[in-house]
Amino acid sequence: MKFKVNGVEVFASTGGRPFDKKKPLIIFVHGSGLTHMTWVLQTRYFAFHGYSVLALDMPGHGLSGGESLKTIEDMANWISDVIDAVGYKEASLVGHSQGCLVILECAFRFPKKIKTLSLMGGAGAIPMNPELLILAENDDPKAVDLMMDWAHGPAGHFGGHPVPGLYHINTGGMLAKSRTIKNTLGIDFRACDNYKNGFKAAKEIKIPTLSILANGDKMCPVKEGKKLADLIDGSKVEIIDNCGHMMLLEEADKVLNILKKFILTYFPIKKN
Amino acid sequence: MTDKKKKSTDPKTYKFDTLSLHAGYQPHKNAGSRQVPIYQTTSYLFDDVDHAAALFNLERGGHIYSRISNPTVAVLEERVAALEGGTAALATSSGMSAIFLTIMTLCEAGDHLVVSSQLYGGTVNLFRLTLPKFGVKCTFVKPRDTEGFKKAIQKNTKGIFGELVGNPGNEIMNMPEIAKIAHNAGVPLIIDATYQTPYLCKPIDHGADIVVHSLTKWMAGHGSSMAGILVEGGKFDWMQNDKFPTMTKPYEGYHGLSFAEEFGPTAFTMKARAEGMRDFGPCLSPQNAWNVLQGIETLSVRMQKHCSNAEKMVEYLLSHESVAWVSHPSVPNHPDHDLAKKLLPHGKGSMIAFGIKGGKEAGEAFINNVKLASHLANVGDTRTLVIHPASSTHSQMDVATLKFAGLSQDMIRLSVGIEDFDDIRNDFETGFRAARRPRLVSNQ
Repeated sequence: MKFKVNGVEVFASTGGRPFDKKKPLIIFVHGSGLTHMTWVLQTRYFAFHGYSVLALDMPGHGLSGGESLKTIEDMANWISDVIDAVGYKEASLVGHSQGCLVILECAFRFPKKIKTLSLMGGAGAIPMNPELLILAENDDPKAVDLMMDWAHGPAGHFGGHPVPGLYHINTGGMLAKSRTIKNTLGIDFRACDNYKNGFKAAKEIKIPTLSILANGDKMCPVKEGKKLADLIDGSKVEIIDNCGHMMLLEEADKVLNILKKFILTYFPIKKN
Repeated sequence: MTDKKKKSTDPKTYKFDTLSLHAGYQPHKNAGSRQVPIYQTTSYLFDDVDHAAALFNLERGGHIYSRISNPTVAVLEERVAALEGGTAALATSSGMSAIFLTIMTLCEAGDHLVVSSQLYGGTVNLFRLTLPKFGVKCTFVKPRDTEGFKKAIQKNTKGIFGELVGNPGNEIMNMPEIAKIAHNAGVPLIIDATYQTPYLCKPIDHGADIVVHSLTKWMAGHGSSMAGILVEGGKFDWMQNDKFPTMTKPYEGYHGLSFAEEFGPTAFTMKARAEGMRDFGPCLSPQNAWNVLQGIETLSVRMQKHCSNAEKMVEYLLSHESVAWVSHPSVPNHPDHDLAKKLLPHGKGSMIAFGIKGGKEAGEAFINNVKLASHLANVGDTRTLVIHPASSTHSQMDVATLKFAGLSQDMIRLSVGIEDFDDIRNDFETGFRAARRPRLVSNQ
């Protein structure tokens, strides 16, 4: 659906169901340079099982208007504005990669609004490879090719997508090339590289938090994810084998099963 | 930048030959089986009611019923998508069903297509006679008439379709320019690249949005199994205009799903599968998918041999006293020679058309007397194949349509195989000798 946040038109997938303000809200925040479509194998389930879902296209990404936000802090504030714009007081947040930094900072800034955090391929800091950063800022498509290479685990490089016929390395690459690379990936990578508040924010998080990590993740390795999780009170960690950073596509079913169990436990649908 | 530094920023994603062998398959998810298993089953167990509902509702990936998808077929689909540089693919029971499913996913009654006039005879009949029965009309344009494609666009045009190298005349469409025409009109370009395979040309890299193949031909190579596929490029923006409401508007068949919104770069394939396979059902059998996979494993080495044999054959035919003319994009005076160099840098394919001196009767004598070359209605086999199109593949066309399709009575269509070239040449010598002999009067 399209709606306005701070006067700018924004697109969010509602998981194939009409947006219903009576249902608890789960917001999905994509990674660098990507779009709402990375979440298709998670969002539809929740949308059809009692939740309202917003899989956002961040400003300047996918089908959303505006320009890309330049800092993780601005993105965190924007997520809070989204919650206000759709008339909610609280939400559960799910993030992937850069999206983890965004929702972590959002929960730090707006602790009363955020009820649970689900971090996929997250870390307290995501310093960028300098060559990759420069390629992206120079609008070089090789930045996307490199990202798709590093973001997929050894098994993911062969394919074997849960959706029959879908080749996810090319699909991810196409998503990242759908807008001007320097204006999406370039800005996002720089925002990740500049963000320094992750570990401090983690210490302040008091809400149920889940980290889903993958043992083949080269972009946010398991040890970095655990380092972050260790700082969050009562944080839960799940590790997926034979999988890389693009776990939500590479092992979509396993991710959904873990996420489903966590959200149904800690952000349940209130029965009248 | 030093070579060492350059290497550090090169993506390590697998390249063509590796993808031909491995793409789409993970042994550790299949009991460690090194070879792709043949899932000879119609249906798949659900974990529980919730799981079943999630699969039917496209909430999860997975298999329900082999008409819609099958794990062996899915490996083939991913493999071809990977080789073509596409986002997704859908395999079908034949190349014709891949074309039909593509058009049925794209069009509704009242729509129009711009179509190259030089196509396989069955495809011509689909566009000329069958699709109008469903309310889809077509305007045919000669493949070299690039401007003609632009002029033929109408308000209700939903796509441009053509074979990159036309069958059987070897006329080449200027794909990059025709892609611009399609995209300026807000419609996709659909290319049948059966003759090329992704080893010779990846149409998506040159602007095509959907690629179709008869996998029966060079992709499989062995001539044992019928199969087809459609591959999605993932770049086409279905939401840029209001021409494709069935892609962009809520679809009643899946609780108001908008394919374009939900699936973006794979929306077309998702719709073709969810709607087309569900409703029309031209599914590929797992055994045939497996057979095709065996062929694809050796695609690059076979295509190299096909092309090198074809070049030798062109040289032989050009200097032969019994040959009136030779059409192959490798011939310098072929009208599309320069375009072929750009679009087909790894080889110009193994389809040759030539005219035999003595016309129709000489052609029949040639075909009746070759022994190694097989006379049959197929192309792209590992074995050398010959046919006389005017009396076979294109025989359902009237004289005017034959002429429009660029066919002549003396034309022999030749699909060069990968046998030892000397043996093919010796066989052709036998055929040419027979063609030169005075006709025997058989009805006295």
